[in-house]
Amino acid sequence: MIAYVLRRIVQSVLVMLVVALVSFSLFRFVGDPVATMMGQEASQADREALRDRLGLNDPVIVQFAGFIARAAQGDFGISYRLQQPVMELILSRLPATLELALISGTLAFVLGVGFGVYTALNRRGWLSGAIMTVSLIGVSLPTFLIGVLLIWVFAVELQWLPSFGRGDTVDVGPWRTGLLTQSGRASIVLPAITLGLYQMTLIMRLVRAEMLEVLRSDYIKFARARGLSDRAVHFGHALKNTLVPVITITGLQLGSIIAFAIITETVFQWPGVGALFINSVQFVDIPVMAAYLMLIALIFVVINLVVDLLYYAVDPRLRVDRAAARH
Amino acid sequence: MTEPLLSVRDLRVEFPTRRGTLTALDGVSFDIMPGEVLGMVGESGAGKSLTGAAIIGLLEPPGRIAGGEIRLRGERIDTLAPDAMRKVRGKRIGMVFQDPLTSLNPLYTVAQQITETIRTHADVSEAEARQRAIALLDRVGIPAAARRIDDYPHHFSGGMRQRVVIALALCAEPELVIADEPTTALDVSVQAQIIDLIKEICAERGAAVMLITHDMGVIAETADRVAVLYAGRLAEIGPVKDVILNAEHPYTRGLMGSIPTLTQESDRLVQIPGAMPRLTAIPRGCAFNPRCGQAFERCRQDRPDPVNRPGNRQVACWLHAPEVTHG
Ligand SMILES: Nc1ncnc2c1ncn2[C@@H]1O[C@H](COP(=O)(O)OP(=O)(O)O)[C@@H](O)[C@H]1O
Ligand code: SF4
Ligand SMILES: [Mg+2]
Repeated sequence: MIAYVLRRIVQSVLVMLVVALVSFSLFRFVGDPVATMMGQEASQADREALRDRLGLNDPVIVQFAGFIARAAQGDFGISYRLQQPVMELILSRLPATLELALISGTLAFVLGVGFGVYTALNRRGWLSGAIMTVSLIGVSLPTFLIGVLLIWVFAVELQWLPSFGRGDTVDVGPWRTGLLTQSGRASIVLPAITLGLYQMTLIMRLVRAEMLEVLRSDYIKFARARGLSDRAVHFGHALKNTLVPVITITGLQLGSIIAFAIITETVFQWPGVGALFINSVQFVDIPVMAAYLMLIALIFVVINLVVDLLYYAVDPRLRVDRAAARH
Repeated sequence: MTEPLLSVRDLRVEFPTRRGTLTALDGVSFDIMPGEVLGMVGESGAGKSLTGAAIIGLLEPPGRIAGGEIRLRGERIDTLAPDAMRKVRGKRIGMVFQDPLTSLNPLYTVAQQITETIRTHADVSEAEARQRAIALLDRVGIPAAARRIDDYPHHFSGGMRQRVVIALALCAEPELVIADEPTTALDVSVQAQIIDLIKEICAERGAAVMLITHDMGVIAETADRVAVLYAGRLAEIGPVKDVILNAEHPYTRGLMGSIPTLTQESDRLVQIPGAMPRLTAIPRGCAFNPRCGQAFERCRQDRPDPVNRPGNRQVACWLHAPEVTHG
């Protein structure tokens, strides 16, 4: 177990190094930071002085090491556009994105598993048919279109929910939350649905397919043959086996949710890191772009690691395989 | 004469398909006496498993019982409501499936699966159920049962897993155990042990056995009576010694030729030419007529029904019809 965890951690660090290399390359190949910082009028001598001060004349490998050392301490430099430390900017925007991702991820998982199990157990029912049809729309419509449609129906026509922004927020320590106010909660509904709909349909279809597969298996037949109740067979035996692969996919989806929040945040003018990234792309604000890239990669890597360990905890077969592999 | 434990009359199982209805079992009738071992033989696809599934009420839709009746100690069980039938499954009729590798839920320990089953059928505490489970595992020949009970299925070999499956099938003390090819998936070296175990443990508890197999050798050594299925119809049924030594149905005679121990030259097995027809192409008259060396005109026109023969036997063949005097 410990050897396995260590191996996975080493792998994760390697992945982060590769991403760091990509982020670092942004600085070197996209635009010239000196030109960006000094403008066109500066003299050649001034430029050289700045290059020296920024360490841009050092060997690349030294620069990269410095970049990693600073990144590890959360130092990504100063935003070209906003003239503020990048980390400060990101941290101030992160709660908005994480709250949105968490709410829509939970929504996607709970509804996805619920609908998936329901449609698998009532394969021929009319409600199952309806759910499956609607879910097909969910996977085929682009996110921004769903967002715009929801705004049109619930914000413009019915005027039930706000169409943009985060509503009122409250500071809880360093965390600025919108979940504690009425307007904050109302504001998160439409973006959360928009962001989670695709993942929800994905999870639902996965759960349904897995569940149908499991229900056909011999051990389910044998469980029925022993006279166990439908409840025990469906939820005790079938669901647990269904969830083993679903956990992996769902966990990985959480990473995608955060990454795809870019579109939803833009549509709903949600003040999160996704919107920050889009703005920084428009202004070629390299430090922010690089930091965002690293942040998303870190989230993916951490989620991957957690999912793997969780998988390992749920499925006893993996435990013995690892143990056997070690001998 | 004692009342039969299980009585199957004119059982008919159908699969509605787009191209018409397939009749997979057609007019199958037989009895199983208390404590008796009834062997059921036939080629793959003859309908042996379907007969077992129909008895415990686990035909997979769209398969359905379209006619006939099944009685357990005189009481109809094919028309029971699902809840009532669930109390028959496991409690009064136990089932052992072919593949022990897939019959057990991989995510639960053996202890969890056995105690769950015991507690489904008997009102006992967890501790009491565990004690019973250990005793049962011990009885089916799991070494160090008290310790191994907390292992997961994948910790056991195929033969040991089948012992666990047998323990599970017997844990509510059923009156009848249906064993569907219980050794087909096992290593040859343990097959005889498993068959012996089933026979012994059921005899000890007074449970009758319906032993499904395509191995006439196993039947010869284990069963009291044997039923021969061909293309979903009963060809012949009778005491095992009589049927083996003096088969009346030409198909059974062909099958007997395939037991090496019963024919002197084991390398010259009697092969029946041709193959069993598919359900979509069962010939008119006797289903066996295209392959039968003794077929005559009537065999191609009319279907022979099983008729009583001396010595508690029945055979469905025009050679033995009452009005035909042959030999
Ligand atoms: N779901 C199904 N749909 C159509 N035919 C089926 C289905 N399940 C089984 N059958 C048919 O029923 C027949 C008997 O099957 P089975 O009882 O499994 O045979 P066996 O004697 O080998 O156990 C086979 O011909 C098979 O093709
Ligand atoms: S009825 Fe005719 S075809 Fe069928 S087994 Fe008897 S002799 Fe052969
Ligand atoms: Mg079979």
